[in-house]
Amino acid sequence: MITLEKRSQPSRVWAFAAPVMAVVLTMLCGGLLFAALGKSPVETIRTIFFDPLFSEFAWFYRPQLLIKGAPLVLIAIGLSFGFRAGIWNIGAEGQYIVGAICGAAVGLAFYPTESIFIFPLMIVAGILGGTLWALIPGILKVKFDTNEILVSLMLVYVAEQLLASMALGALRNPDGMGFPGSRNLAKYDSASSWISENAGMHWGVVLAFVAVIFAYVTLSRHLFGFQVRLAGQSPRAARFGGVNPQALVLICMAISGGLAGAAGLFEVAGPAGQISIDFNVGYGFTAIIVAFLGRLHPIGILLAAGLMALTYIGGEIAQSNLGLPGAAIQLMQGMLLFFLLMVDVLSNYRLRLGKKAIV
Amino acid sequence: MDWSAINPILLLASLMVAATPIILASVGELIVERAGVLNLGVEGMMITGAVCGFIVAVNSGSPWLGFIGAAVGGAILSLLFGFLTQFLLSNQVATGLALTLFGLGLSALMGQSYVGIKAPEFADWHIPLLGDIPVLGPILFQHDPMVYVGLGLVAAVWAFLKFSRAGLILRAVGENHEAAHALGYHVVRVRMLAIMFGGACAGLGGAYLSLVRVPQWTEGMTAGAGWIALAIVVFASWKPLRLLLGAYLFGGVTVLQLNLQAAGMAIPVEYLSMSPYLATIAVLVIMRAGRAPGSLGQSFHASR
Repeated sequence: MITLEKRSQPSRVWAFAAPVMAVVLTMLCGGLLFAALGKSPVETIRTIFFDPLFSEFAWFYRPQLLIKGAPLVLIAIGLSFGFRAGIWNIGAEGQYIVGAICGAAVGLAFYPTESIFIFPLMIVAGILGGTLWALIPGILKVKFDTNEILVSLMLVYVAEQLLASMALGALRNPDGMGFPGSRNLAKYDSASSWISENAGMHWGVVLAFVAVIFAYVTLSRHLFGFQVRLAGQSPRAARFGGVNPQALVLICMAISGGLAGAAGLFEVAGPAGQISIDFNVGYGFTAIIVAFLGRLHPIGILLAAGLMALTYIGGEIAQSNLGLPGAAIQLMQGMLLFFLLMVDVLSNYRLRLGKKAIV
Repeated sequence: MDWSAINPILLLASLMVAATPIILASVGELIVERAGVLNLGVEGMMITGAVCGFIVAVNSGSPWLGFIGAAVGGAILSLLFGFLTQFLLSNQVATGLALTLFGLGLSALMGQSYVGIKAPEFADWHIPLLGDIPVLGPILFQHDPMVYVGLGLVAAVWAFLKFSRAGLILRAVGENHEAAHALGYHVVRVRMLAIMFGGACAGLGGAYLSLVRVPQWTEGMTAGAGWIALAIVVFASWKPLRLLLGAYLFGGVTVLQLNLQAAGMAIPVEYLSMSPYLATIAVLVIMRAGRAPGSLGQSFHASR
């Protein structure tokens, strides 16, 4: 009989080994899944995890890694603050959408004027939009003690409806002959977030790296980072330590909302190009997996986002070359989070083999 | 707009139907939470139930078998959550989210070849005598059987928690798992059973959407119903009978906005479609929740 014995300290070895093991297990299980779907497991795994980096067309896919990875990093970094403090903002998808709408609206309002001030203004609007959307569950939690998980999630559905109404109504391209969707911001020089489209560089990528450094310094060197970690590990100790729990909720929600909003704006002004009914592809939810897979640590998140971006790109390749259903990739991403949570038991508990003692 | 297009009797009758998936899913989650487990994977279990039920019903031609299949599918998926949280002591919030993401992917994969097919007919009951009462008959007594299964489940859960010994043990486990363990109850076993019941109920709720309410399979068709079910458990202060109130309130808003859309209200469709979600938020704000079960969301490990 196997029993679990609590470790006095979480294992540092397993903190690093667990995500790696989860990825390996996901590849194995994913292989079984692909085999069940009638695809060659080895070939499919190779297509998803290696071809985007090392195949003869890798020059085309590598820039994609930055494009898909940047929003994941931005959102996951923001979420990691709240998750560490036990504040569960899982409506990042909604904040991402609202940030994109607000930012795009500012850009479109100036069309066709050209000025270097337009893009910075759009960034501000995007961040503000996301922040305000995230503050709704934050304020309701502080004032009325409502559950932030449920409220932030409900607001995703509201944001999706808002997006539909904007794409069909207020922000619709007047020269678009009645088709839904806004003007193309990526082709409007003052509003485009591209630095170099061929290299996959846009301002969101830059901000993602800045956010990683900023989060790293804040969490390891700044008092606020200490308070976040303290509140998560021991709320009681945090209160004695002078942490204001209500302010912490609002700040964590604002950070995650702001970064998600920014991610939405960069996406809509670059890779997506326009506000359309379905420009969002679920980065807000995938970022939750990224945050956990990265152990809520900025560097870990950077690596995890790279891996997730890889599965997106590799998944698309597998879809077009091998006819793998898109849902299989989504399933694999969910599997990854499961395996991670499963393996995680080893960092907090030791396995003991032997006869179970009488309890 | 055309007010005469809205028929109050039909409105109330469809309210009962709109509330049923929420009732089914939330009564299961209520038991789970009363046992001290927070399973945020309701949405994932619901959509898996929706697709399982649909596949079984289409292949067997029997909606009843479909509902059984959905319950089994939901329960199997919930076992995954139970194994992780109860035996591997993973974080319940994170695991629940994982279950939802996993369920959405799984259902999309399973349902691929079933898009666009119609579900087998699930006939309404016309209860003799009661169904013939004017006004009340069509509102209350002329629905499909699952509406009554949902109501029956709520009554059964209420009686189970209030009068049965097993219900008392379940509540004890949820209130204070250390004490229940000290008294010799198997905390993990009770919780696993509760989690499976929750999964089966969520599966039924999902299948009600794909077999009765829509009745078709489309990807992501639950559209947040599982999350609304979670909200309604909080609204109900973990009490079965108040659950009905919450579910009917939600059903009322849903049906009303659909009717207003059909009647050509001057508000754009998108804003009307937001209303069920906004109503859920409003309800969470206005209704101060009662006291949650004492051990809700905490992992239990019998350490020596």
